[in-house]
Amino acid sequence: MKLKKVVELLDANILNDCYSQDTEVLSACGCDLMSDVLAFVKDQALLLTGLVNPQVVRTAEMMDMKAIVFVRGKTPGEEIIDLANEAGIAVLSTQHPLYHSCGVLYSEGLYK
Amino acid sequence: MNSFKVQYTIDGEDFSVAGEASRKLKKVLQSLGVDPQIIRKATVAMYEGEINMVIHADGGVIDAEITPEKIHLFLRDKGPGIPDIALAMTEGFSTASDNVRELGFGAGMGLPNMEKYTDYMNITTEIGVGTTIEMIVNTSLS
Repeated sequence: MKLKKVVELLDANILNDCYSQDTEVLSACGCDLMSDVLAFVKDQALLLTGLVNPQVVRTAEMMDMKAIVFVRGKTPGEEIIDLANEAGIAVLSTQHPLYHSCGVLYSEGLYK
Repeated sequence: MNSFKVQYTIDGEDFSVAGEASRKLKKVLQSLGVDPQIIRKATVAMYEGEINMVIHADGGVIDAEITPEKIHLFLRDKGPGIPDIALAMTEGFSTASDNVRELGFGAGMGLPNMEKYTDYMNITTEIGVGTTIEMIVNTSLS
């Protein structure tokens, strides 16, 4: 699924310059527990989380994830955005809760 | 390529910077042309270890040696030690504080993840003295 479609489906805001509408994500992980994310082995993945701290970006970077969606209207601070810019990870924010966001993406074909 | 050594000092005071050493190692491995999947295994294992050093041991030192055959990691701390290694290796077992859990860690997956992502792992620990974890990820460098 292209990131452009993720943005459309989740009514998401784009929060940094690493977003590219043609970036392809092949799988997604919805989780607030970073150790569970680290146990999740998929390529070109999207992380959806309600947790907002620098470890979210570091975890996504270690797992070579392409983008992070902060759910429930969470807005990351400058430090987190800077870290994501350094790592080349797109940062999005949606008002939808985690369960809803995952359900929408799953039903639209992002089911790995 | 000959062997390449690097050492990182882990600050135990500030959880917000935990993971910086693992990010740096990742960049080193990328610059050496290591396969991305091998990089992921090594840096995730080190990241979990780095987080543990900050949570449980007030920091420590990580030595990494990269050779054409393997990535060799030594994580040394002067923390409280691990009373029961088998119990600590159990998925879901954790002694982390609620504060750490709120930050997304302390779920009892650290050591199991480290073992999962490495080809060899050995824990040496002494109560009141500290813990050393040796990990090896086999690689093939161009």
